[in-house]
Amino acid sequence: MAINWFKYSAPTTFYGLAGKLIPWFAIPAAVLFAVGLYIGFAVAPVDAQQGEFYRIIFIHVPSSILSMFLYLIMAGYAALGLIFNTRLSAMMATAIAPTGALFAFISLWTGALWGKPMWGAWWVWDARLTSELILLFLYLGFIALHASIDDPRRADRASALLAIVGSVNVPIIYFSVKWWNTLHQGSTIKFTGTSMHVAMQQAMFIMLAACWLYAIAVVLARVRSIILERERNTVWINELPEAKQ
Amino acid sequence: MTDMKRSSMLGLLVLVIRRDLVLAMRRRADVLTTLIFFVMVVSLFPLGVGPEMSMLRKMAAGVLWVAALLSSMLSLGRLFSADYLDGTLEQMMLAPQSLSMLVLGKMVAHWMVSGLPLVLMAPVLGLQFDMPAQALGVLILGLLLGTPVLSMVGAIGAALTLGLRGGGVLLSLLVLPLCIPVLIFGTGAVEAVSTGLSAASHLSLLGALLVLALVFTPWVTAQALRISME
Repeated sequence: MAINWFKYSAPTTFYGLAGKLIPWFAIPAAVLFAVGLYIGFAVAPVDAQQGEFYRIIFIHVPSSILSMFLYLIMAGYAALGLIFNTRLSAMMATAIAPTGALFAFISLWTGALWGKPMWGAWWVWDARLTSELILLFLYLGFIALHASIDDPRRADRASALLAIVGSVNVPIIYFSVKWWNTLHQGSTIKFTGTSMHVAMQQAMFIMLAACWLYAIAVVLARVRSIILERERNTVWINELPEAKQ
Repeated sequence: MTDMKRSSMLGLLVLVIRRDLVLAMRRRADVLTTLIFFVMVVSLFPLGVGPEMSMLRKMAAGVLWVAALLSSMLSLGRLFSADYLDGTLEQMMLAPQSLSMLVLGKMVAHWMVSGLPLVLMAPVLGLQFDMPAQALGVLILGLLLGTPVLSMVGAIGAALTLGLRGGGVLLSLLVLPLCIPVLIFGTGAVEAVSTGLSAASHLSLLGALLVLALVFTPWVTAQALRISME
């Protein structure tokens, strides 16, 4: 029997699937957030140089990582939507943008909170901070362009093109650490062993997993709303149990 | 055959550039407004931060570059809008010639009208900020390499926001973040020279950006125009 790989690329079928998947991501996300924060704030030892202040990294690092990855994923969906003309891909890109912007904002905010005690300044014009700020601008530009075009088809395609052009900027963000000599500390997690305590590592990875799961759950929930909004004039939407109430 | 095709492509490019330049010369006020805006923004900085020459000298490159960035945003709205409103753009898209080539012609004309005057005006403004001759030379060279990139990257934004309400502000929101590398390398070159280093690496990177933009942006802008005109 041939498998239809594209079954869930239609909003009609994906709507139901997304609804079923959300709890599978949302509940583990909540559990992992609780566990990760507990390990991070109660179990992990005090850092020798940074004292208690370092604990903000358990939120800061996962949100920075996610803000960058989500942009690439968004651009990927946008490219799929442009190339194959699939409506759902464009809806996914639109659904990812606010979550990505949120993570970029959290990353900047927690970075500022960490910078004040460690560097003595809320904001330092260092390459990584600046790149993260530019990333936030790119997200906001994507959202603004999408919001200001009334025709959903043109909005999808125009913002998709913008996302692809903007994704050229994401590698620059990543390599900026190497390009410019900056204040920001280099990566501590390397493939050849790390300089971190085990409990710190555990907390970091658990928080990272929690952020991923949260992002997926929220994006699925948002894409369901977008599908409902876009397809509100179709028969299948009006036959949904939640539409009949 | 291929030779004829190439010559017709070049001919097309020259034709579009000449047409846009003639149109711009008929409406000279638009060109001058951009230039006056540039001069005015630059002149506001000493009034804002104080007349100390040592500080102004340090700030000069950054101020000139930011002002150039802002004034190039101002003129971008006009890149396609007039042709869009009177239907010329639609005819251009129906033409058998490559749309990317037409777009490239419009970009070059736009740079000659809005970028080149800024480059020519920059030395005078640089002297107002008491820039040393060598730094001034590098600044001009950087602007010469960088302002075409602003026109070309900006064209993508102009094509995407074609015919939208509040297009001008939206355009800046989309394009300014993408232009930041140009700003960084442009001012970096001047800073390198003022600290006694070579500006070659920054200028090379600017040149690389220019080549990249020259290769990719006409095509991307053409795609954006197709999306906007559907």
